[in-house]
Amino acid sequence: MSDTTTEPSPTGDAAEAVLTIRDLRTFFQTDGHVVKAVDGVSFSVRRGETLGVVGESGSGKSVACLSALRLVPSPPAFHPSGEIRFQGRDLLRLPEQEIEALRGNRLAMIFQDPMTSLNPYLRVARQLTEVLEVHRGATPAAARQEAIAMLERVGIPDAGRRIDQYPHQFSGGMRQRVMIAMALLCQPEVLLADEPTTALDVTVQAQILELIAELQASLGTAVVLVTHDLGVVAGTADRVVVMYAGRIVEEGPTGELFADPQHPYTRGLLASMPRIDTPPTGHLEAIAGLPPDLGHLPTGCAFHPRCPLASDRCRREEPPVVAVSAEHRAACFEAEAGG
Amino acid sequence: MSTLPRAESSPLLEVRDLAVRFRLERPGGLLRRGHDELRAVDGVNLVVRRGETLGLVGESGCGKSTTGRAVLQLLKPSAGTVVFDGQPIHDWWVRKGRRWVWDARLRELRRRMQMIFQDPFASLNPRMTVEAILTEPLRNFGLTGGGDRRRRVQELMATVGMDPRFIRRYPHEFSGGQRQRIGIARALALGPDLIVADEPISALDVSIQAQILNLLARLREELGLTMIFIAHDLAAVRHISDRIAVMYLGRIVEEADAREIVAAPRHPYTQALISAVPVPDPVQEATRQRTVLSGEVPSPVNPPSGCPFHSRCPLREDRCTRDVPVLREIAPGHRVACHLVD
Repeated sequence: MSDTTTEPSPTGDAAEAVLTIRDLRTFFQTDGHVVKAVDGVSFSVRRGETLGVVGESGSGKSVACLSALRLVPSPPAFHPSGEIRFQGRDLLRLPEQEIEALRGNRLAMIFQDPMTSLNPYLRVARQLTEVLEVHRGATPAAARQEAIAMLERVGIPDAGRRIDQYPHQFSGGMRQRVMIAMALLCQPEVLLADEPTTALDVTVQAQILELIAELQASLGTAVVLVTHDLGVVAGTADRVVVMYAGRIVEEGPTGELFADPQHPYTRGLLASMPRIDTPPTGHLEAIAGLPPDLGHLPTGCAFHPRCPLASDRCRREEPPVVAVSAEHRAACFEAEAGG
Repeated sequence: MSTLPRAESSPLLEVRDLAVRFRLERPGGLLRRGHDELRAVDGVNLVVRRGETLGLVGESGCGKSTTGRAVLQLLKPSAGTVVFDGQPIHDWWVRKGRRWVWDARLRELRRRMQMIFQDPFASLNPRMTVEAILTEPLRNFGLTGGGDRRRRVQELMATVGMDPRFIRRYPHEFSGGQRQRIGIARALALGPDLIVADEPISALDVSIQAQILNLLARLREELGLTMIFIAHDLAAVRHISDRIAVMYLGRIVEEADAREIVAAPRHPYTQALISAVPVPDPVQEATRQRTVLSGEVPSPVNPPSGCPFHSRCPLREDRCTRDVPVLREIAPGHRVACHLVD
């Protein structure tokens, strides 16, 4: 969180953290005004841990992850502040060749649409072996063997034959598996997964989430899982960060955050979801109003126009980050009283 | 939940053996010429009573949207009957050259049956103001004129929770949730009896989905609408529906009261589907028994023999690969198509 009165490293022992983002700001210069897509975000992820990053469209959750891999074109984007620590280096300030050597190798990213990563004109074999040959100096034959083994591991039947097919010859779920295989081939330290199952059916989503968890357990990968789905987070994440309008409004260990949500936005999201584990209520507690326009943010707390607890103070001042417990924080005046 | 007395209300819609098949031309040279047949809907039976909301769930490609379109005659069914308010509307098509078109009765019936679409942006003309969008159906049916028309448009906007002062704005000036409200207002303009809502919330943000679900529930009460709510999100479908039908590869595999089907699903596919829906509760998620299905939905061009689900079913027996199970009643109002359910 951006507040300067609190320690910016939010996750206790920083030595354990594989990737640490500190006070990241990603702004976009558009004609006339500045859009603050990410505005002072700090979080870190440890080896073998899954960090869930939750938010709606425009919350900055995807841009924060893309920024970490320097995948946001600049201009129009710029970073007024921020640091992304990985293996003792600051990725925001690394020369382009060095960040390229890390991308897809030590740091991998998967997307909602697998065709973001896969080249439609190349056979899967070529796309998978290239990473191994370029990043690890594997021989073509060894790379092919390894690629087939990884495709089998992500559950692609008949991998030895299918590796010579083109991406369009795979179904949506299978393509997602190919992308995951590609991302994990080099055994990255960190996997950034941006809505990896949003386009998939729930039965396939369950397969893919289980697959990521299995591979993570055996490889020790740190996973940052970006999603809008609190259900997915509840089942997969160790810790959760909730974003709204470019900022972190609440973060904490998953169990604590769901059992005792402090920010009215987190509470609102939980209350607004229809769920199959409780009897239907008839009426959902919807969050009023609309998500804010990032080019014209409200004063004070960005959530105040939609907040049932908003006071004059919320309209004027930015709320402080309140420590609810050792690892649980919320950016809200009310959390102070409640925590 | 709707409060109409279900038992006494007569069916508004009865669908029997509905089938929609698409002909796919096979690409390739002279020797491979021919066509494949895609069975999008393969023998669906449904009854929807007045004032009732039927949820239609299933994964992509299961035929739920095609069923909705064929019910409204937006697609000509390949076989089967659709009886709306006692009238066989599947027959109300005429041949015009090489195409089938609606006859006068079906065009007139449009007033009583309307659709709400998933993507409100794609379904609204970007060059038309809200006023023009909402006036169009009124004008098409010669309803209300001049000043009355504007009053009716403002009334519709208020009904769906929009500020009537925005009457001259264009779709791009609104957020996704507001655009869906316009789509709903357009569907309501002619005072329909039946609404088919096809994935009406899946393109919206979580906080906005609840607003639209609440709006649909309120309108249903106030206007006494009968609704078919089509979605892949089982939690949303359960929330709004009185009854739920689960589809797989063009067929209904289970149908029951909305609460019952989630509490006590009987078909192995429904069981897997429900167990795969994530629950926003880490304690439950950690202890839940999840049936993770292997493989994916087979192609409707080449469906499996016997039970369409047998290729992924954890309980498969020999007969499942041979015989198609019939959808039969296992308890009052609870129908299942599975050989293994008593």
